[in-house]
Amino acid sequence: MMTDGVFAGSDTETHELHVLAVDDSLIDRKVIERLLKISCCKVTVADSGRMALQYLGLDGETNVGFNESSAFKEIPVVIMSSEKVLPRINRCLEEGAEEFIVKPVKLSDVKRLKHHIMRDEVEENEEKSSSQGTLKRKLDDTNDDDVVFLSSPPSSPLSTLLSSSSSDSSPSPSPSPSPSSSPSRKIKMSD
Amino acid sequence: MNVEQLKSRFKGHYDFMVAEKFLDEQFSQLQQLQDESTPDFAFEVVSLFFEDCQKIFHDLDRALEQPMVDFKTVDNNVHTLKGSSSSIGAARVTHVCIAFRSFCDEHNLEGCLRSMQELKRETALVKNQFEILFKLEQQLLAAGGSITLPVKPSPQSNDHPWFM
Repeated sequence: MMTDGVFAGSDTETHELHVLAVDDSLIDRKVIERLLKISCCKVTVADSGRMALQYLGLDGETNVGFNESSAFKEIPVVIMSSEKVLPRINRCLEEGAEEFIVKPVKLSDVKRLKHHIMRDEVEENEEKSSSQGTLKRKLDDTNDDDVVFLSSPPSSPLSTLLSSSSSDSSPSPSPSPSPSSSPSRKIKMSD
Repeated sequence: MNVEQLKSRFKGHYDFMVAEKFLDEQFSQLQQLQDESTPDFAFEVVSLFFEDCQKIFHDLDRALEQPMVDFKTVDNNVHTLKGSSSSIGAARVTHVCIAFRSFCDEHNLEGCLRSMQELKRETALVKNQFEILFKLEQQLLAAGGSITLPVKPSPQSNDHPWFM
């Protein structure tokens, strides 16, 4: 399945959503980048799952500490696809995708998603600050992405980030292990 | 010709393209993404699309010439074209891609070859139409006019979130 997606979260200082948009089509990358910028998001684009993982420091080359990798599990993922196949959509959502949007993506889609994600962020932060004091996610400068819009072919190594928990017996396209625990917010990229 | 007349010509051609399904409402989304910092966004994206087409057509022609046609490769290329054509609102091209993919699924070489011809034809047609549209837009802007394309409130795929 060729799907695209987004991870998102807000920059705690400026409250601007930082989105990592992943898409192998240059045209779609340009369009999504513009859609996001016009919706006041900070945007980073990647042309493949591999590039996205590199950017996030999760490609195995960079030493990512436990705190950073567990923080990535909090990043919401939105899948974008031109294929409107209900079983696949359900599967994405069951495996932890925040949402699934059908291409071509419109301004109203981005606005709605942004609102949804930022509202969730505010709720989460409110919960955290009431129980633990102000908790700021400290991420590397290069890894401060809050949302990933994910569009990559099934064999993408991004599936290593997104593979389901160990209890899931279905095969993953990529053999690399994912960071442990928390099945929520994880997605398996599949055909 | 004054601004009003130029505006009317532009709008007239745009309406024609929509009526003939050369364009759908996605193109007006592209227009909405233009501002002072990116006044030629729609033109740039559409140009990129046609450049992309040339590369993809080349790959498709090659793939379809093979003694043992790899329908997966053909399908991947057509899928890409389907996505990018729908991103710019080139509805007729998208439509041909959908049919083309069915032929790939069936491993129907004859169907694929026919689709290939249709794809080239439709792409050439819409390219021509776009050239006229952008020229009219240029003339209008040069005369001091501006464009606001209607954003049709048609039922949207993503109006209701998919999340459960």
